[in-house]
Amino acid sequence: MIQNNPIGRIIAHIILIIGILIVAFPIYYTFVASTQTLQDIIRPPLSLLPGGHFWENYSSALFGGISKIGGVGVDRLLLNTLVMALGIAIGKIIISILSAYAIVFFRFPGRMFFFWFIFITLMLPVEVRILPTYKIMVDLGLIDTYTGLILPLMASATATLLFRQFFMTIPGELVEAARVDGAGPWRFFKDILLPLSKTNIAALFVILFIYGWTQYLWPLLMTNRNDMATIVIGLRKMIDFTDANTQWHLVMVTCILAIVPPILVVVLMQRWFVRGLVETEK
Amino acid sequence: MASVELTDVRKVYGSSVEAVKGVNISIHDGALCVLVGPSGCGKSTLLRMIAGLESITDGTVKIDTTVVNNLGPAERDIAMVFQNYALYPHMKVYDNMAYGLRNRGMPKQEIDKRVRDAAQILELTQLLERRPKELSGGQRQRVAMGRAIVRSPKVFLFDEPLSNLDAKLRGQMRVEIKNLQRQLGVTSVYVTHDQLEAMTLADILVVMNGGVVEQIGAPLDIYEKPASTFVASFIGAPPMNLVPVTADGSGLVLKDGTRIGAQGLAVPASGAIIGFRPEDLEVSAGTNTHVGGLALDLKVLGVEPVGAESYVYGIIGGERVVVRVAGRSTSQTDDHLRVIVPKEKLHLFNDAGKRI
Repeated sequence: MIQNNPIGRIIAHIILIIGILIVAFPIYYTFVASTQTLQDIIRPPLSLLPGGHFWENYSSALFGGISKIGGVGVDRLLLNTLVMALGIAIGKIIISILSAYAIVFFRFPGRMFFFWFIFITLMLPVEVRILPTYKIMVDLGLIDTYTGLILPLMASATATLLFRQFFMTIPGELVEAARVDGAGPWRFFKDILLPLSKTNIAALFVILFIYGWTQYLWPLLMTNRNDMATIVIGLRKMIDFTDANTQWHLVMVTCILAIVPPILVVVLMQRWFVRGLVETEK
Repeated sequence: MASVELTDVRKVYGSSVEAVKGVNISIHDGALCVLVGPSGCGKSTLLRMIAGLESITDGTVKIDTTVVNNLGPAERDIAMVFQNYALYPHMKVYDNMAYGLRNRGMPKQEIDKRVRDAAQILELTQLLERRPKELSGGQRQRVAMGRAIVRSPKVFLFDEPLSNLDAKLRGQMRVEIKNLQRQLGVTSVYVTHDQLEAMTLADILVVMNGGVVEQIGAPLDIYEKPASTFVASFIGAPPMNLVPVTADGSGLVLKDGTRIGAQGLAVPASGAIIGFRPEDLEVSAGTNTHVGGLALDLKVLGVEPVGAESYVYGIIGGERVVVRVAGRSTSQTDDHLRVIVPKEKLHLFNDAGKRI
């Protein structure tokens, strides 16, 4: 803070607290609702304190099977989403770090062509190429499979460009020192490039995990079977047009369960994530 | 232990940019060869060609008895110290030094012994568990040297290793490098643009300019007998004074028309350049001429006292010159001084800048 007088500080804190309340209250309210019975939720006003049905609601949502989505439990949805988010995040990182490595450190015919080719794909987000991609997936028989969910979202120009920018800041002398030290391309990648990139990898992992976790359109197209749906799709299917038909207490539970993993990833990787965004270890 | 032999080495970038134009250097076993020259003279390119980091367009590089043209840097048995040290930032000092050995599949105990020995020599033992960013510039420099030493290679290559250090540390490290090289007796090639560094370190001094070797020799030989006006002005600080003259029937004529006695100097008809070191001038009180010397009139432009000596800047025959005077100079701006260059201290170059 620039000035350090107590009144200014109090005002600043009040504003911050109001901001946090505005953001956090709906989430808290969702949590409260997830611990009430359906009758309590439908009959307003809803209590501001958590009710007594926490275990009951959560265990029936997680392991009981929800009739609205064909008796599949939220545990299955969580597993599907986790596989998809991890697959996208890890797959993207592997593919983009390798392609950036090739583009920055090797001289081969068509290097710039491939670079621009990757670059151009930035202009073709999932939504634009969704129909041809869908056709291909159908032809390959990948509907309702993890491969079908993950593969088309894995190629990433953004991550490739990010790694390329980072690799270009690595001094040429370091590369040469490694060559003199007898490190071949693979050793250089494994012993030097990868350790130096770990903050970038961590930052990307967080962003990409959340990107994968919140995917809606692609899983909506790719999955027909209820037991292959992701949690966001499941959530959508659980909400009926007629209010009374919706099991709101279970919807609320699913909401909370859908929020927890991304929060965990951010909190656990926060240290790396922040460091990756603000400083590059030179 | 090895000799290094460069024969007609050329480097052409693209199709036309010739960075190194046919260089021949022979470095005997255990010698420290310094390549010196202004930036862009091709000295670093030459070093990188010896290292194998740059391909060789033409000619051969021989280390010991092997032509290494087509060998990779790791197969040439060389070690290199880089200008920015190029330490691996994520590795501890120990691992930085051990990395090259591990890649060669050396047994662990042998690596440990070598790293600890090198650390001992370089006084790095306390720092082995640190990371490069926790070290000072001088310490990083030492680690870079350590990384070269542990390999016990045939040849050390230094690429301006001291240019990132402050002046005091540079002087100190210069002495250390010299001692270390003596002690280990490893043939070394050292690139610098600092003529002082070159003079003090070299067994063999190679002065380069525009991709060609201007002169090769022992540092003091080069200082005393520069082969060209380029070498004369590059080696020595302040540089040698160079005054163009032409000859006519009765004597020598300076640029501004001043006539001076020929003093038996054989100046070709096309004109010449006479050179003299700032410290070789004698300031004479009267008008008497030194026997066998060249007497010149100097108009003082300014005086720079640097402590133990003073530099008197002035003009002789329309050319700027500098005179080094012991102690303090009493000269004032616009004074006229009579200076005498003893004949044996005179250097004569032809109009193309080559020594006569």
